[in-house]
Amino acid sequence: MITVLSILLFLAGVFFFFTATVGLLRMPDFYCRMQATGKGDTLGAFLTITGLALYNLNHGFTLAAVLVSLKIMFIVVFIFVANPTATHAIAKAGMDCGVEPWTKEGGNT
Amino acid sequence: MENFFIGAGLALGFLTLLCLYRAIVGPTVLDRIVSIGVIGTKTTVILLLMGFIYGRADMFVDIALAYALLNFLATISAAKFFRTRKSIQPGHKYFKEREGRE
Repeated sequence: MITVLSILLFLAGVFFFFTATVGLLRMPDFYCRMQATGKGDTLGAFLTITGLALYNLNHGFTLAAVLVSLKIMFIVVFIFVANPTATHAIAKAGMDCGVEPWTKEGGNT
Repeated sequence: MENFFIGAGLALGFLTLLCLYRAIVGPTVLDRIVSIGVIGTKTTVILLLMGFIYGRADMFVDIALAYALLNFLATISAAKFFRTRKSIQPGHKYFKEREGRE
């Protein structure tokens, strides 16, 4: 039961990673690419790593397995805080440098 | 279950190669920084998968955690460094000078 749930979570996470990659490759502007990766990548990492933490508890709830799962979930919490912060910092750097956002009329790449 | 982990790791590696395309041909420097951050997040997941494949998850969790911290620090410091530079846009004077020199 835990195995099936972890596989489902992992596949959903891989789907969101795929979405983030397609957005990174196909969006017209740097800001658009950043909004695709900043959300899709964070959610993909959340789902995949949560699936792995659930699979770690597959052989019973011993103390060592629970501690390793807690450490894995700490990676999730850190990514959830750090990834939007990094995205915000890059967007602020782009705005301070004067990178123009893409418009349909302007069409600068 | 190991075969599933190996296949998932291969799929994530393929997505990493696709992100590397944007890191190489990206028109501005900030595109490359974003793409390297995405690659770092995928690498964290791949490191955890390697831990489960080798059966040493307790050791690889520490490596993945350190990699996530370093990835965050690298992205923040690169964004801070390029924040005051005007040379990140294609078509800027720096690029024109470099093209004229070559």
